[in-house]
Amino acid sequence: MKTIAVIPAYNEETTLADTLDRTRPFVDEIIVVNDGSRDRTRQIAAGKKVLCLSHAVNRGLGASLGSGLIAALERGADAIITLDADGQHDPAEIPDFIAALNHGADVVIGSRMLTRTGMPFIRQIAQVIGNVVTFILFGAWVTDSQSGFRAFNASAARRIRLRTNRMEVSSEIIAEAKAQQLTLVEIPIKAIYTEYSLSKGQNFFEGLRTLIKLILRRLTD
Amino acid sequence: MLLIQILIVAFAVFAILRALHQFRQGRLTRQWLAFWLVFWLFAIIVVILPETSEFAARLTGVGRGVDLIIYLSIVLLFYLVFRLFIKIEEGERQLTRLVRKLALDDFAKTKDENPRVRVTKSVENQEKFNI
Repeated sequence: MKTIAVIPAYNEETTLADTLDRTRPFVDEIIVVNDGSRDRTRQIAAGKKVLCLSHAVNRGLGASLGSGLIAALERGADAIITLDADGQHDPAEIPDFIAALNHGADVVIGSRMLTRTGMPFIRQIAQVIGNVVTFILFGAWVTDSQSGFRAFNASAARRIRLRTNRMEVSSEIIAEAKAQQLTLVEIPIKAIYTEYSLSKGQNFFEGLRTLIKLILRRLTD
Repeated sequence: MLLIQILIVAFAVFAILRALHQFRQGRLTRQWLAFWLVFWLFAIIVVILPETSEFAARLTGVGRGVDLIIYLSIVLLFYLVFRLFIKIEEGERQLTRLVRKLALDDFAKTKDENPRVRVTKSVENQEKFNI
């Protein structure tokens, strides 16, 4: 089974090298989706000798994941892992995702809410809001709708259609998994919160924008 | 004629001239030109002859002609903003498709080479073209 990690990265020069080093032992290939970074993200990916797919201009998380999934399928992936470049996910947990796929899951979401270790309180509230919105709009309940640590088998990656460009993609993936009647499984993960990774998350206004985009996605479906 | 009437009529004439100009430049479709012409001509009539709006107001059951115009304007503005929103979303999607195609084409071209060679080349290119 060929496992490929897809790591979307936008201006992640400070943490990318470390994330790549820690991910490498657990996967066959790594594809960094450099989303129009203005820093040295691309050079770092090149220096680490991983595959790098570069968007000419910044298109957002959703667009990056969409491109990354296609590239991974082109490389013949049987399992695709997505994780953040900012170091908040522990690649040592990748085997748990693979195990879940082997047990019949099509899509695996790593949930930070099943353990809640180290998650700031305000983040937990934001999580619950994200989950409720995802449930109301798309009728799919998960405990961590905004998680970036996921796994797909090849047929799921092929069937999921990603149309949103930015942060709203996290909910879209869950909506699509439900719409395509894929088996979605959540497994607990620990989130490593650093000042850096917290600064990379969504703030209040971005959250609001994500909400509007999700409603629009629902209406125009 | 009141000063406000003169100002609004002058602006309407200006807007009509702009619409005609945009149409000649090919930036406005025939349908939209017709829409704006009818819209501004209607505005001129209502401003010069306010009784017409009073008549329409009585017909629709709204108290005053001016109120009716404001209600209609807000509805129209909402609709135009919605249209713009959809247009922008569509543009964003197309831009993503374009960026993705370029990225994937580039990715497909380099993937079968020796990684070491590919990496050096892409770094060189990047520095050369300052991408």
